[in-house]
Amino acid sequence: MQDFQHSFTYAFRLVVQADATLLEIVSLSLRVSVGATLLACLIGLPLGAILATRDFPGKWLLTVITNTLMGMPPVVLGLLVYMLLSRAGPLGWLEMLYTPGAMILVQFLLVLPIVTALTRQIIEDSWQEYKEQFRSLCLSNTTTILTLLWDTRNGLLTAALAGFARAISEVGAVIIVGGNINHLTRVMTTAIALETSKGDLALALALGMILLSIALVVNALVYSARLRVT
Amino acid sequence: MNISLTGQPVSRKTPARDPSRTSTGLLPLTVRSVNLSIDGTALLKDISLTIDNNKITALMGHNGAGKSLLIRVLHGILTPQSGQVEWNGQPVEDIKVRKRQSMVFQKPVLLRRSVAANIDYVLALRKLSSKTRRDELLQIAGLSEKAKQQARSLSGGEQQRLAIARALATNPEVLLMDEPTANLDPQATSRIESLIHQASEQAIKIILVTHDLAQAQRVADDVIFLDNGNVAEHSSATTFFTQPASAAGHSYISGYLQTATEKRPL
Repeated sequence: MQDFQHSFTYAFRLVVQADATLLEIVSLSLRVSVGATLLACLIGLPLGAILATRDFPGKWLLTVITNTLMGMPPVVLGLLVYMLLSRAGPLGWLEMLYTPGAMILVQFLLVLPIVTALTRQIIEDSWQEYKEQFRSLCLSNTTTILTLLWDTRNGLLTAALAGFARAISEVGAVIIVGGNINHLTRVMTTAIALETSKGDLALALALGMILLSIALVVNALVYSARLRVT
Repeated sequence: MNISLTGQPVSRKTPARDPSRTSTGLLPLTVRSVNLSIDGTALLKDISLTIDNNKITALMGHNGAGKSLLIRVLHGILTPQSGQVEWNGQPVEDIKVRKRQSMVFQKPVLLRRSVAANIDYVLALRKLSSKTRRDELLQIAGLSEKAKQQARSLSGGEQQRLAIARALATNPEVLLMDEPTANLDPQATSRIESLIHQASEQAIKIILVTHDLAQAQRVADDVIFLDNGNVAEHSSATTFFTQPASAAGHSYISGYLQTATEKRPL
């Protein structure tokens, strides 16, 4: 119990003193996860909207695959990306392995199915309601999708949030493709895993507290934005 | 006193027609041998008709007679298995023809934005953006005071008035309305009917789906009566309500009158 209290006190002190190592890890974590989520939204939002509103051959298969990939084990994806980016792999020439770029790529691939599948579901529900009105207004496909994306922005914010939560809390895939290299690819989750294995519970706990705080702040911001809209 | 669609004051109680109005360029409407089946059930059967007056046409019939399907076919948002719909000789599939019409649905489909933004959206879509025009339309709909309110927080009658104002924002030559007053109270219904009259006075052809005989008597100039997916008759409103030519039309009016008598308090 005393250890637990000591760890909490030390963790709190690290946060309050803005420990340099801590800030570096937090900063990289945010850059990687926010970058991956933004990229996934850039592609996943329109892709989900197209799946919801257009009919084309293979739509059923693509929908099933997207839904299935939502449950992709991160370590499996990490392994696949590792094989792709390793020197002998087809994308080895990019020399991305053990870089933040590789971590963004793997998190992007993890988040993309989540954003796409949730977007498809949210837009499909609205599309059933709007379909006839939009046909009556003779909207182009692009205008239809842009209008639907804007009108369902509340739900889509939640989809993006779910994607971000998946990215920021992920450890298996980033440790495989990033290597958890100090000052280069060490993020909060991989640092927590490392410090725990070393027995430095205070730093691990400090990172855990920050991770939870980030989740809290992001959720609070999104919720207040939703309240302003409605 | 109301404001007309062009901003001129008009009386609500006396919807006198503007004698100088001209016929819409989309008329006549010609429907030839339209057949529509859904899941193997024939719902519109060999429908043929012509509408060449620039007045208010009521599309009437029992529930399930095919009124709502037919108005969607006329607007081109539902494609029949066979037959043609032509507006002044041009097929309804032509997007230029469809853009000259607007449709108001039974349940208004409003964007999740403010009342004003719903009008602005359609004005921008047709490259007609103008604050003056938006304010004019809001005034017509009696929603000027609620311009900044979220459209979906309006009452049912207000939502339908906004839907009509939005439909008018495209400057349509034809306004198709699918039971716009269903589920509305008499006061809200009266305001919608006033808007219908104003639109008609501005040379907009109105095709109105309704199963409310009293409403049809108040607003319609001619009636198309559908029975089980067929056109049972197409006649002037006066003829339809006094001497219906079809047995189905006669039965419909008799049933309505009987129900009305039974409902009358002793």
